[in-house]
Amino acid sequence: MAMITYREALNQAMREEMHRDARVFLMGEEVGFYQGAYKVSKGLLDEFGPLRVLDTPITELGFTGLGVGAAMAGLRPIVEMMTFNFSILALDQIVNSAAKMLYMSGGQLPVPMVIRGPGGAGHQLAAQHSQALESWFCHVPGLKVVMPSTPADAKGLLKSAVRDNNTVVCIESEVLYGTRGEVPEGEHLVPLGLAEVKRSGRDATVIAHSKMVHVALDAATALAKEGIEIEVVDPRTLRPLDTETIFNSVRKTNRVVIVEEGWPYCGVGAQISDTIQLHTFDYLDAPILRVTGLDVPMPYAKNLEHMCLPDQARVIDAVHRVLYRTN
Amino acid sequence: MEHSDTATSAAHSTEAQGNGASTLTQVDRARRTDPAVLKDLLEKMLLVRRFEEKSAELYTLGKIGGFCHLYIGQEAVGVGAISTLSPDDYILCSYREHGHALVRGLDPGEIMAELCGKKSGVSKGKGGSMHLFDKTKGFMGGHGIVGGQIPLATGFAFASKYLKQHAVTLCFFGEAAVNIGSFHESLNLAALWKLPVVYICENNRFGMGTPVERASSLYDLSGKACAYNMARAYVDGMDVLAMRELVMEAVERARGDNAPMLIEARTYRFMGHSMSDPVHGHYRTKAEVEEQKRHDPIKMFTSTLETLGVINHDDVAELDKKVREIVEDAVAFSERSEEPDPMEIDTDVYTS
Repeated sequence: MAMITYREALNQAMREEMHRDARVFLMGEEVGFYQGAYKVSKGLLDEFGPLRVLDTPITELGFTGLGVGAAMAGLRPIVEMMTFNFSILALDQIVNSAAKMLYMSGGQLPVPMVIRGPGGAGHQLAAQHSQALESWFCHVPGLKVVMPSTPADAKGLLKSAVRDNNTVVCIESEVLYGTRGEVPEGEHLVPLGLAEVKRSGRDATVIAHSKMVHVALDAATALAKEGIEIEVVDPRTLRPLDTETIFNSVRKTNRVVIVEEGWPYCGVGAQISDTIQLHTFDYLDAPILRVTGLDVPMPYAKNLEHMCLPDQARVIDAVHRVLYRTN
Repeated sequence: MEHSDTATSAAHSTEAQGNGASTLTQVDRARRTDPAVLKDLLEKMLLVRRFEEKSAELYTLGKIGGFCHLYIGQEAVGVGAISTLSPDDYILCSYREHGHALVRGLDPGEIMAELCGKKSGVSKGKGGSMHLFDKTKGFMGGHGIVGGQIPLATGFAFASKYLKQHAVTLCFFGEAAVNIGSFHESLNLAALWKLPVVYICENNRFGMGTPVERASSLYDLSGKACAYNMARAYVDGMDVLAMRELVMEAVERARGDNAPMLIEARTYRFMGHSMSDPVHGHYRTKAEVEEQKRHDPIKMFTSTLETLGVINHDDVAELDKKVREIVEDAVAFSERSEEPDPMEIDTDVYTS
């Protein structure tokens, strides 16, 4: 296996899928000549030409809707959001067209499209460029939502997303683009809707996705030193959710902490928590706790931004509390 | 897509192209048109009119629910425009699309069944009046958000060019849609990437209850194309032959040169915005509606054909009888149809 970055893994996924299927094309702001705002599409314009790697004007609603129409007509667009902050401009087409077309056409018109790009918070990007919007997409029936946390998952999930016949929202982590990991070469697919236990443990289950998986794993290392073994479950796909893997972990540990970068109110963790209490209530030995971003727009100042984001200390504190080991 | 450095001369012009300002009368145009085509156009307009009258009746009886936007008064636009298409071409519409669907050849019974929420409807009863689809006929909806179909249509045109299929996409929308972002973003992309799409703005004068003069700073709506260096034209949307001839030119250009065009069809809606809205009231007077009905596209066209001797009074009665039977059969089909199976509630959310 090769050690490559998360960014390179995504690039490989697109390159391989574009070679495999001539209907796949990439469209977005700066994806071509500029090689991608985050260099995820590096080299693709040279390799596939301007018909299949299209620089768009700054027009999220327009090019996302164009992508939906192209998908309805038989193509398989990959629409890049320079960042998911800008996907808000395209929400009408994502929610009212992409997600609902199959249903309101009575099953006639699937929309096989991937909407991908970086999301998440950090880098002092302040209120409008630093936020986690995954719960917005998870709310909508008709959409699938994936959020890879490792280079291997990034490649495997994106390749599966391109082959899926539904609209898949793939929210990458801006701060993970440079991270390295082992990635199988060639055909590597991670099925949508399949979680992975990133670390096994007996004392408590910590459910985290995207960048928060790494926060949870760091917390696990620290907790192990005090004899607490947590199990880190990465759903990888937030919709459809792999509830079986989660329930199996809950049945084993009986205690749950859910970590997410987004806001707490109506967040992804709220949904996961509801699902767990409904199906595995009798296995729970403590209330489910959530560690989330703070319920405020993202501030600019470094110290305030740091306070907003879930970190290792807050995860450790939550684990202590579900184990009733507070000081 | 190639980026065009040299747009066509037509696109450069800020003058409206086409026949909006033409001095040709409908009689002149009819003289140069195949009589069989003329009769077919009249039959289709009559079919749409009778179908919509029946839809109004069924809505009043509570058999059609939700929002129901009728096409009465605007028939010449859809009939003239769609008569120019090939079977492989695409059509996308707003929620006022019953007429376009009928003209494209969707089964009238299945359309009526959809309006009535039946399983035999074109969208299995899941779409309703605003969401008619028939993929086999290139009829790609039926879209409920003002302007929402415009980027989609642009995407169909993109796909045609990408796949070298030579299909043309007709995109219909009301005049109120020209103020929304999706319209402008789409026109820019279509002109920039030279996509084979014809945008047809059906200016029926009112966005619900707001006259166009209170909604758009530019009254000559085809002029919106100038911002995108796109060819444009306006046309008398009450004249089915003027409509047909202009769209024929636009479709040929789109198919041959991948050149998009914006057409403003000046028409008038004889009914309220939807069946829940008044025909007249605060926003327009009864006298205005009555005055506009003097330009009824069907009456005008009938008179033209009678003047030329293409048809006589009896022929018209015969055509009307024929379409009334089609509509009655459509209603009977819908009445016989079952409601959707409750098991269908969560199918078609995702596909495998």
